[in-house]
Amino acid sequence: MALEKSYSDVPGTTIFDADMLRKGYHLNQCCMSLMKAENRERFAADERAYLDEWKMTEEQKEAVLARDYNRMIWSGGNVYFLSKLFSSDGKSFQYAAGSMTGMTQEEYAQMMINGGRSIEGNRYKGEADNG
Amino acid sequence: MARVTAGLTTSHIPAVGAAIDLGKTGEDYWKPVFAGYDFSKQWIAEAKPDVIFLCYNDHATAFDLKSIPTFAIGCAEEFQPADEGWGPRPVPALQGHPELASHIAQSVIQSDFDLTVVNEMEVDHGLTVPLSLLFGQPDAWPCKIIPFAVNVVVYPPPSGSRCFNLGKALREAIESYDEDLSVQIWGTGGMSHQLQGERAGLINKEFDADFLERLIKNPAELAEMPHIDYVREAGSEGIELVMWLIMRGALDEAVDVIHKHYHVPASNTALGHLILENQT
Repeated sequence: MALEKSYSDVPGTTIFDADMLRKGYHLNQCCMSLMKAENRERFAADERAYLDEWKMTEEQKEAVLARDYNRMIWSGGNVYFLSKLFSSDGKSFQYAAGSMTGMTQEEYAQMMINGGRSIEGNRYKGEADNG
Repeated sequence: MARVTAGLTTSHIPAVGAAIDLGKTGEDYWKPVFAGYDFSKQWIAEAKPDVIFLCYNDHATAFDLKSIPTFAIGCAEEFQPADEGWGPRPVPALQGHPELASHIAQSVIQSDFDLTVVNEMEVDHGLTVPLSLLFGQPDAWPCKIIPFAVNVVVYPPPSGSRCFNLGKALREAIESYDEDLSVQIWGTGGMSHQLQGERAGLINKEFDADFLERLIKNPAELAEMPHIDYVREAGSEGIELVMWLIMRGALDEAVDVIHKHYHVPASNTALGHLILENQT
């Protein structure tokens, strides 16, 4: 019997469960390797060559090169592993999180100052104004 | 005998650590965040715990995807702050308490909580930010610290009730340790926040207020809350709040609220902080 995924109807959210972990294993381990300064240097020198050392899908590699965090998440990335990537770019969690919402960094920061994204309309997929 | 003398919860937002490290705590954005810890710093200077049992989650630092322990207890003599991608935080190394940690591991495992024993690991912002919030920037941390890492990164984390009951077993273990030690239990992470996807930036003040209230007054019932409620209402990363229930399980049913602080935003997150003591 398939596992129940009660969280699959939460809008704009990918839960990093066992299936996503399997999908994203090499992507996440690759990001993890950027915790070492020597690997950050090698990655910066030739990103594509560095990514080719890992058993990642082409989609994952392209998402990394484009710094498209939503695509990384959809293809099995987890934000705490991806944080090694944006940290080595000198970017913050707020930058990375904001980039996934379609807002500019300034708009996102202002939304947070105004109290954050409201839960109203954001509990279930298909509610009036997800976003 | 060792005693559990207080429970404390706090968020462990990395940007808060960066604000401390970069000397930004006096900036308008950060002032209200840190003002809520003024009392706590005085309180802990007077409480002088011997040991802090600090529940936090490793954020893909000591544990990558090769192995994912649900509960991991740090039994080493020393723990170094990790390089999380921007260099290690400029904070002191932690001195552990290997004897008490090993005693707890043995006792708690025999109470059916299968801990992973870790004798070597680096610790990340999840553990060092709470210490900085309470102790500032000392040359050495003023007490020993037992790191206790809880998996909340790979779904599913342990359930709320599992965490709450673990807190009870933890208390029994501590109170059966012969040396006279004052031990505090800290639960960190939360409150509502989501760091990924189009719903990133989610904050739910009503959920947070209700969680704080129930954690104080009715924790056994709160512990029954299913994971989906955390995810849906408090955001995908809000699920870190299960760790607060470990702290709460280690205290009596009735507690005094010594201090409470809540502020939105700290970067992406609703910051919450509580100090609880058993009623005397």
